[in-house]
Amino acid sequence: MLAAIGAPDLEALFEEIPAELRVRSLAGVPEGLNEQQVMELMYARARQDGRPLNFIGAGAYEHHIPAAVWAIVARGEFYSAYTPYQAEASQGTLQTIYEYQSMITALTGLQVANASLYDGATAVAEACLMAVRANRKSSAARVLIPRTVHPNYRAVAQAATGGQGLKLEELAYLRASGQTAADALAAYEGQDVTALVIQQPNFFGVLEEVDALTDWAHARGALVIAVVNPVSLAVLKPPGSWGQRGADIVVGDGQPLGCPLSSGGPYFGFMATRMDYVRQMPGRIVGRTVDLDGRPGFTLTLQAREQHIRRGKATSNICTNQGLLMIAGTIYCAMMGAAGLERVAQACMARTAELVGALSRLPGVRSAFGTARFHEAVLLLDRPVAPLLEALAAHGIEGGFDLGHHYPELGQALLVCATEARSAADVAAYAQRLSELLKEARVA
Amino acid sequence: MSNVPTDLRYARSHEWVREQADGTVEVGISDHAQHALGDLVFVEVPVVGRALQAGEACAVVESVKAASDVYSPAAGTVIAVNEALAKAPELINQDPYGAGWIMRLKLSGPLAAAELLGAETYAAVAEAG
Repeated sequence: MLAAIGAPDLEALFEEIPAELRVRSLAGVPEGLNEQQVMELMYARARQDGRPLNFIGAGAYEHHIPAAVWAIVARGEFYSAYTPYQAEASQGTLQTIYEYQSMITALTGLQVANASLYDGATAVAEACLMAVRANRKSSAARVLIPRTVHPNYRAVAQAATGGQGLKLEELAYLRASGQTAADALAAYEGQDVTALVIQQPNFFGVLEEVDALTDWAHARGALVIAVVNPVSLAVLKPPGSWGQRGADIVVGDGQPLGCPLSSGGPYFGFMATRMDYVRQMPGRIVGRTVDLDGRPGFTLTLQAREQHIRRGKATSNICTNQGLLMIAGTIYCAMMGAAGLERVAQACMARTAELVGALSRLPGVRSAFGTARFHEAVLLLDRPVAPLLEALAAHGIEGGFDLGHHYPELGQALLVCATEARSAADVAAYAQRLSELLKEARVA
Repeated sequence: MSNVPTDLRYARSHEWVREQADGTVEVGISDHAQHALGDLVFVEVPVVGRALQAGEACAVVESVKAASDVYSPAAGTVIAVNEALAKAPELINQDPYGAGWIMRLKLSGPLAAAELLGAETYAAVAEAG
């Protein structure tokens, strides 16, 4: 192959990459595996997942997925990870994306959505970069990001935007409520702030005072980036209606819509914005149009700032999205309908309320925040979290997410979640097992 | 053959500069540039008050096939922008040297110091592509 393209050796092929950008050693990268070896490895990994009774949320949520969703997604007409390259030849795919965009605008209450992004974390990073482009009154490139935003989203946003000169500054939260502190905002009075990120519900499952936060930002010339769980939008106020003017950019992870947990991915990201900022929005957009004979059809639109045209100055250089997962989300939403999605959201809230009630009745367990929540909650324990989670796992229960690593100041804190996929009996089983473990430890 | 008025000066990156009586300058893109871009659908102008270096990207002209940067032909501060372009980007196609102007600058130094071309030289540059 090297001879065919006229390169004397592999080194010559990579010559144009500047030396300082090249990795000299591939130490730590294992040798290749053949297909059989890969299958064996993957089966072994999949077996490790098992089928535990899962009470972990923390950004990825176990929901019931109607069997028809993946039966439809797996059809050959849909089965590709990419938005099509010969786009207009694939009218069915374009129409599906158009329907998806329409659903996202309906859920978020904004005017225009793109054809999806890579995942929730990179969508937050893209939103920060977009806000800096869109807010032309601000020159600080400063984005305020509360500590109540998912820690992984913050880390990815920092990694993806730091090199482009963005300043991501964290805001403290109130220990009593788990909400972003107004005092933390007061420190920025009179300063140039480009955008404020607000996650609703936040990483603790707590509902933020989104109206007041949005109005604070807008009154100071900052844009508002909303990070939301799409299922929660069936019962919560859409970001387009936050405060006086609504959020400017809305992003999130689409996984709760029809995507299985599958050991952590792939999932998909979504993004919507106001029409005013459509030209600063990264990703592809499908538009509805008419052909020469006046018949309706679908087409990629507003491509002039995409990387195949604008190269290094494109609105984004993340080259891929998760087209197949986005299609799963679209089919899931179509099957559930607005009423179905609302029932899912309400069932999640009710089940989580039951879970928090049952667990916090146990001696040594209490709820951290009394604030209104969606389907997650923080529990404070009277002993270290990790050994308890290990003991629960030994009984087939994944008891929650240990907050100790990301939020050591909370002490022995556990983030729990119950979706509609958990039954009342599941909740009772968890409470029973935890009660026994706490007693055993006390006797010992 | 594109139109290259002789009373203007030009940047190699296809912007034109017109000196005003008060010493400020008006800036737009050349007839050659608008023709190469095709029908414009969107123009992003700079914020009034922004300080620009010579050669700094300060506006974007977008056609259905490409979005291209407009570079400031000289160092200065933006004192006015053509608000009409927001609703009518086609003004640049129709009248690139008149109604299609993009911004006015208060220069931070003499215009002679800027590396600009006369009409004849620019016409040759544009012709050569």
